[in-house]
Amino acid sequence: MPTLGADMSDGTLVAWKKKPGDPVTRGEIIAEVETDKAAIDVEVFTTGVIEKMLVQPGEKVPVGTVLAIIREAGQPASAPAPQAGPGRLKISPSARQLALELGVELASLQGTGPGGAISREDVVRVAKAGGMRHETRGGTGEQPLAPVAEAAADRLLRMRQAIAAAMTRSKREIPHYYLSTTIGMGRAMAWLGEENLKRPVTERLLYGVLLIKAVALALREVPELNAVWKDGQAAQSRAIHVGVAISLRQGGLVAPALHDTDRQSLSELMQNFRDLVKRARAGSLRSSELSDPTITVTSLGEQGVETVFGVIYPPQVALVGFGKVVERPWVAEGRVLPSPVVTATLSADHRVTDGHRGGLFLAAVDRLLQEPSRL
Amino acid sequence: MSVPLTAEEVARAALRILGEIAPEADVASLKPDVSFRDQMDIDSMDFLNFVIALHEALRIDIPEADYSKLSSLTGCVNYVLAMSGGEKTT
Repeated sequence: MPTLGADMSDGTLVAWKKKPGDPVTRGEIIAEVETDKAAIDVEVFTTGVIEKMLVQPGEKVPVGTVLAIIREAGQPASAPAPQAGPGRLKISPSARQLALELGVELASLQGTGPGGAISREDVVRVAKAGGMRHETRGGTGEQPLAPVAEAAADRLLRMRQAIAAAMTRSKREIPHYYLSTTIGMGRAMAWLGEENLKRPVTERLLYGVLLIKAVALALREVPELNAVWKDGQAAQSRAIHVGVAISLRQGGLVAPALHDTDRQSLSELMQNFRDLVKRARAGSLRSSELSDPTITVTSLGEQGVETVFGVIYPPQVALVGFGKVVERPWVAEGRVLPSPVVTATLSADHRVTDGHRGGLFLAAVDRLLQEPSRL
Repeated sequence: MSVPLTAEEVARAALRILGEIAPEADVASLKPDVSFRDQMDIDSMDFLNFVIALHEALRIDIPEADYSKLSSLTGCVNYVLAMSGGEKTT
């Protein structure tokens, strides 16, 4: 069961797309999984032949559980794996119960007992280190939330809980700092208008794509912001996978990745962005799209918001918020003229970067948007 | 376009497309003279998809500068009819 974000502790296998004996290639969809936030298509990361399914449709299993065994190309058929299914997490019943009571994510535990077994001491250690979820599952005396009859409402509730867990963890663990700048959008909007005149309706660009691409290119200049916090330190990502916040029709949001954002042309980015929004709202995102973002971009301009102070999505270390493009008096070449402007705000993890680097990043975004034809 | 469109055909197409884009919306109850965005939760991506679908369904070219004319059902019907040489509505 792939981990699809800091807010995911388990998932339910909905269906297999393959059966034992089927060949699979890297990147192929082999299963559909239901998480608190969305239905996800699970990809494989190796090429080979499916040897055995270890989890059956309908089963809810923790993150990290082996779902199936794939025999890699050229490898002989192996004996049945010793580990299988959700119970294969080596943890004693009492330690599992304690983890539930303390709200500790099972996926965050590393066993120090025999054969890597997780003990009660391991659970306590993680709990003391702040590895508790915001909401706990029983044992606290709290009343459970009222049952909701409709499946859609239930999904929305679970999504809100997942978002609550991730955002609470973010605010608890990440020392945010915020920087904001106002960016003149006159050149970008003029260029976009001219560019769209040349394009058929199916290939026109939204200005949001310019913002996403500018962020991606600016990350090349300040790569510390393109990272995840892991094992007590920041790990920079070589690839730039910008996660884009997408509101869902039933409520809530997801922020899947546009892979290799900096290497895509604006046309490619627009087509992929359009496809991503469509699939996010249809509930057919891929697992890698939820697990891979290295930074998040969110825009609330269409809701009339001028400035967005976002909450970083762990384990990422930065988020860029854009507000509404508004007309403001703007000084250019010694003259005050009305000009479209947008406010860009960086939320960043102070453990990883300082304001100096954050400021350079925002300056790079600004500079890139002044040369839209080069994006 | 060989056969001019009627206002009813355009309205039906527009509502069908909106229903596909925002399945949660009750498109039958939309007020024709009020902006879609004031009645439905649609964003710029939804609106672009609406324009693209109209273009593909009705085979009309829609310059970006004319997007604002498609903001309501009445505006949409009038615009499409004007572009396609169909009947006029009020």
